[in-house]
Amino acid sequence: MSLHEILFWFLSAMAIGCALGVILSRNPVKSVLFLIATFFAISGHYVLMNAQFLAIVNIIVYAGAIMVLFLFVIMLMNLNADAEPQKSRLVQFAAVLSGGALFLVIIAAFTKAGLNIDGAAVDSSGEIGLIKNLGIALFKDYVLPFEVSSVLFLSAMIGAMVLGKKEDVPNHLESKIKN
Amino acid sequence: MLLLSIDWIFFIEKIALILVIILSSFGVAAYATWGERKVAAIMQDRIGPARAGLFGLLQPLADGGKLFFKEEIIPDHSTKTLFILGPALFMVTALMTSAIIPWGPDFTLTIGGTVHSVALQVADINIGILYIFGVVSLGVYGIMLGGWSSNNKFSLLSAIRSASQSISYELAMGLSLIAVLMVTQTLSLKTIVEQQHGFWADGYFTWNFFKQPVAFLIFLVCSFAELNRAPFDMPECESELNMGYHQEYSSMKLGLYLFAEYINMFISSAVLATVFFGGYNFPGMDAVRDAMPGGLFSIICVTVLMVKVVGFILFFMFIRWTLPRFRYDQLLNLGWKGLIPLALINLVITGGVILFFFNK
Repeated sequence: MSLHEILFWFLSAMAIGCALGVILSRNPVKSVLFLIATFFAISGHYVLMNAQFLAIVNIIVYAGAIMVLFLFVIMLMNLNADAEPQKSRLVQFAAVLSGGALFLVIIAAFTKAGLNIDGAAVDSSGEIGLIKNLGIALFKDYVLPFEVSSVLFLSAMIGAMVLGKKEDVPNHLESKIKN
Repeated sequence: MLLLSIDWIFFIEKIALILVIILSSFGVAAYATWGERKVAAIMQDRIGPARAGLFGLLQPLADGGKLFFKEEIIPDHSTKTLFILGPALFMVTALMTSAIIPWGPDFTLTIGGTVHSVALQVADINIGILYIFGVVSLGVYGIMLGGWSSNNKFSLLSAIRSASQSISYELAMGLSLIAVLMVTQTLSLKTIVEQQHGFWADGYFTWNFFKQPVAFLIFLVCSFAELNRAPFDMPECESELNMGYHQEYSSMKLGLYLFAEYINMFISSAVLATVFFGGYNFPGMDAVRDAMPGGLFSIICVTVLMVKVVGFILFFMFIRWTLPRFRYDQLLNLGWKGLIPLALINLVITGGVILFFFNK
């Protein structure tokens, strides 16, 4: 077994184990931490495939920014295992059913996807994941979609700010609220 | 030596280097605590630690020993696993950045007839600067987990302050570094240091500080905020929050938090020196290299880098004992309304200058 394969199996086991931890742990903060560990394992896979930029951006954006905000919200709401609402049997049954249906769809998709099982688990020779090649691809071949998506993000950001801003309540409404 | 198709000499070399870097980080951090107390004492016209050893030089050992033997208390209503994980995570993230800093130039070593080139850098990855961001953005988890799992309102407030502070300042930090990257055209720290070779070339300074002074200023201010050091030590301001996120911690867990802060300071000084102040380069290094054997030259280079790092650490300390603490809204205003627009303007100007004057 080469070092590459050892790392591959280790990271795969870690990714699956942590992903199970996300859904099985009862404490929401622990779920978030397992999710972060899953992101790390996936980033490790990206590094094995020589996609270093993708790996580090995955960590910066998901583990470093989005999950911090997730944790922030969970901490402020102070969710604990005993504060978890009791769900009815019907909801649990529906959840199992829909989850199983989703699982079936994923399995069906994977059987069609032609997985590469014969030995070469991951390919580390590709150069497209390096930052220079990625930059050239993004800013030459795909510059229009790239810029359009950045405008989309900008508008989402401004929209969030407008929604979050305190509105001046008109006078006639204010009196209604007081009553 | 190929076993399990792993190059074991490479493996051993890297592990030895990692051990040396981590141990010397601990050493520097320990003596930074001593230095901080001495600097504070001198600036306040006191003597400072003077009892343990000559000039109080054994004081860090005494402090460490004391922390080890103190009683370990885990609060009843805390989330225990996370309470223990918090300081450990903080320490790990503090040490992680050291992996990509080039501490000195490569030198050759002959083992059993074969010549090995030994790099004084654990990993030269071509996303070096982004890696720093990744680790910096993870650094807040240790504080958040510790603060939340303590189940104390002061700790929680402090953790939230720390998180929002570090998220706000990461943006300006990233924008300031993008301007530097436009000049260097690479993200690899090794290449960035090699570009700053010597001190003067082609009619201008080679160090990035002279090419991007505004970016340096923004980066410096942001590192104060990321390090939670005065004047931005909001998460620990004792007059409002008692002690901050490590209020409930005792014994060596508290020690880890306090210690990791000094390690953070050491590492970010090293990053500042590497990115802006030429790393291990110094004026007239070519003449020194020709006169010395390779190994000795590497040692001189490492020493030069350490001198720069110590200079930055002293600067951090002088600022701490000179400026009063900001108010929290002032801190956020400075970050969002001061530094981010400034960094954006710097970015646009840098881009324009490169486009019109250096476009080959």
